[in-house]
Amino acid sequence: MEQRRSPRSGPSGSDSPPDPAGPDLGRRRFLGYLLAAPTLAAAAHLGGSLAAPRHAGAAIPSAPEVQEVFDLNDLLTLATKPTANLIAVVLNPDGTASFDMPRAESGQGVTTMAAMLIAEELELPLDKINVTLADARPELVFNQFTAGSNTAISMYNPIRVAAAIARKQLLKAAAIQLGDTVTALTPHLGFIEAADGRRIGYGELAELAAAQKTEQVEVELKERSQFRIVGTPQNRIDALDAVTGRKTFAMDLDVPGALPTMICRPPTIKGTPASVANLDAVRQLPGVTDVVPIATGVAVRARTFGQCIDAVNALDVAWNPGTVDGESDDTVLAKLKEAELPLAVPPLKPLTGVVEGEFTFYWRNNAALEPNTAVADVRADRAEIWAPLQSPILCQEQVAAQLGLPLNAVTVHVMQAGGAFGRRMFNDVVLEATEASKKMGKPVKLMWHRTDECRQGRMHPMCTSRIRATYAAGNVLTFEQRHTSVATDYTQGFGEIITSLGAKIPPLGQGNELGFSVPVFHLTVNVPYNFGAVTQLLNEVYTYDTFPTSSVRNLVNPDVRTAQELIVDQLAAKMGKDPYTFRREFVDDDRVRAVLDKAAEVGQWGREMEPGTAQAITVHKEYKGATATLIEIDCRPETVNRRVRNAVTGPRVTKAVMAVDTGLPINPRGLEAQMQGGIMDGIAQTLTSSLHLRDGTLLEGSWDDYFYTRHWNAPLETTIIVMPPTTGEPGGAGEFGVPSAMAAVACAYARATGTIPTSFPINHGTLSFTPKATVPPLPPSPTNGLEFAF
Amino acid sequence: MPTHTLTVNGKQVTVDVEDDVRLLWVLRDLLGITGPKYGCGINVCKACTCHINGKAFNPCSVRVADVKPDDEITTIEGLPATVGADLHPMQQAWLERDVAQCGYCQPGQIMAAVAKVRQAREAGHEVGDADIDEIRNICRCGTYARIREAIKDGAKNM
Repeated sequence: MEQRRSPRSGPSGSDSPPDPAGPDLGRRRFLGYLLAAPTLAAAAHLGGSLAAPRHAGAAIPSAPEVQEVFDLNDLLTLATKPTANLIAVVLNPDGTASFDMPRAESGQGVTTMAAMLIAEELELPLDKINVTLADARPELVFNQFTAGSNTAISMYNPIRVAAAIARKQLLKAAAIQLGDTVTALTPHLGFIEAADGRRIGYGELAELAAAQKTEQVEVELKERSQFRIVGTPQNRIDALDAVTGRKTFAMDLDVPGALPTMICRPPTIKGTPASVANLDAVRQLPGVTDVVPIATGVAVRARTFGQCIDAVNALDVAWNPGTVDGESDDTVLAKLKEAELPLAVPPLKPLTGVVEGEFTFYWRNNAALEPNTAVADVRADRAEIWAPLQSPILCQEQVAAQLGLPLNAVTVHVMQAGGAFGRRMFNDVVLEATEASKKMGKPVKLMWHRTDECRQGRMHPMCTSRIRATYAAGNVLTFEQRHTSVATDYTQGFGEIITSLGAKIPPLGQGNELGFSVPVFHLTVNVPYNFGAVTQLLNEVYTYDTFPTSSVRNLVNPDVRTAQELIVDQLAAKMGKDPYTFRREFVDDDRVRAVLDKAAEVGQWGREMEPGTAQAITVHKEYKGATATLIEIDCRPETVNRRVRNAVTGPRVTKAVMAVDTGLPINPRGLEAQMQGGIMDGIAQTLTSSLHLRDGTLLEGSWDDYFYTRHWNAPLETTIIVMPPTTGEPGGAGEFGVPSAMAAVACAYARATGTIPTSFPINHGTLSFTPKATVPPLPPSPTNGLEFAF
Repeated sequence: MPTHTLTVNGKQVTVDVEDDVRLLWVLRDLLGITGPKYGCGINVCKACTCHINGKAFNPCSVRVADVKPDDEITTIEGLPATVGADLHPMQQAWLERDVAQCGYCQPGQIMAAVAKVRQAREAGHEVGDADIDEIRNICRCGTYARIREAIKDGAKNM
């Protein structure tokens, strides 16, 4: 069964006309466009055909407030232009090709993937392809949203179609120049070559091959057996920039006048400023140019960020309460338990064994290492924004609405992100920068302090998962799961304003839960085993905007699957079977069985382990793919109690082996990297990283108390096996590594210690640090850095 | 406003700024040297790691007034020049292992790695897993496995 993270549906490729030549050729024959342009420009539809019904219509609640904020007609006019939804590959006179990609690059490698697809169909070397990130393009409507590990799935065909049309057009132009027939010519590494050795470079053909008018054309894509680049390991196209410090993030931009800006924030979640006692005094501090109250706090603009920090901490602000001032971990947990939907199968039945478990997953911060940053230059009649954004269209719409400007007066540039993980679906930082720039009448470069990220950022919703499974006579008869979660905020919609407003529909944001949370849950979760009668239900507590929530490199599956796999290990034990053999017998999918076997083989499942150490093995199925992870963990006291200054040590994952089948790995090296990252998240989520909520405040305030995996927690040995192509169609990668890794670490811990963990991370019950002050809001900058030089 | 003279990547620069502004902001906001990244501002994430006289340190936690004019400050931008090449062997190892994902922490990781290899050698051994475990630079993409391999590779060519 296909699993999608996003409720978006419909074909992901371009139009495919019926084909009399047979199904295989039919699958490779597509329609695209030649665009009238000064040089050759070829394009393809992104996200289905113009003629097809708008696929998002059915799932989305009606949105009565749309016209109050945004003129729907403007949007629909844009969306129905014949060139709406087109993505284009452009040939340049210097022989390079350019592609302006309507997706976010956050480290997951989608620009490299796009370059590989273009190189493949265009027969151009990889280093001749420039992939940039497109500004917000509102006519793309639902199709400029980066989420749910969907980019490879949605872009695979359109990019290839555009590049293949360009290749076809180059051949035609070259045939005229060389006085030869197209079929006698071969495109090769940026040249069209004739049999007699004559050749002509793509650069020379760029203008000659340009179309005079936009027209629809049909093209045939390469057969998979002819691929020379797709499926081969390639290094990232931005690697050199990354290792030389040249890669430019929003905070590195030098936009004239956009001085550093920070916000003084409230002591509790979503508090608001009531009054400021010393605005004028703080305006006089060194370097400070402006101090203005905004909706979420008090904005300070200064010559350096260091002076912003000092000024923020000097502000004397009276705060209104936030949305959850009375809430703590235990009050939220009580509400979750109250709201849990009942299990249907009774725990005691004659001749039937029962395995039950209830698991709690605490809050997790979803900040990337690059903090939220936006440059905003707001003028009377226009605004220009630079920021890393997963939802740039929504961002443009929100900024236009906030400023009362027409959409086309707002330009939104999408920057490369220093990580995203779901955080950059939400445009909070841009809206703050817009408000600050407007009120100050000056451009700003607004950056969140790390402590802002921990305490006022977004987090994975706290949740519980209860499971009851029954078995008899060598079979699992029933498997029930009740997942209960703090509401997840889906007001990013599908990255544009219609579905965004749909999520806010009253009463109490029901559009959010019924339109998004519940469908997404059912579209993403599964139990990948033949376990008889299976039911999985979600219930949410609180409204979508009570807590600032978001997915964190996947939403429900890391927790849902961890709970399941812990129960699976117990079922295996009760039924007298080895955990691997048991899974092998019960998995419901051959691809899952294949990765399970591979991980067991490479990871040497069943090898003898020292007391206090153990192996575990788990699987996962999502994003049109399958993973299996084998983990070895060391829980011996000498390891658990090892000391690292200002850090959490604890159990050490010593070895991680993951086998991954994505259907068609486009860039195995990039895929391997994503799986490695997913393993590190899985380790963190099981063992070390969570936020503690106490009286409306999150106690963690930086990387020294929010314990994401560090070098001393990382496995000494990490092996990823990328399976050969199976389905021939690409699957997702970015979020895909987390669920089986998190589950395997939890199962390994249980097997090594003999104690089944029931709350995550396992160290949440012990507060191992002194919380930083909330007033003033930022920790002071140290001055003793030279003492730690090494 | 006091004037400070610094030596950054082999060049002497002067900057007018208050004594207590941390060196990171002088580099980034005033001198436009953006390789060192901000990630915490309290010397725990290590994204801004640079070298002072060849040793790794974090300019987010050093006042500009505490840096002497003849202290050699090296940022990632100046690392290749310290070996007279286009790329330092550690950067080359990073490329060969395709370590970076988002890339944000990697300048700091590379600067820390170079210092860690030297520190291990000064202690009489080659850099190993125990040394790498001491590196405090955080990578939220989770590139630790490739960093571990790249450091060992890079050390061989240092």
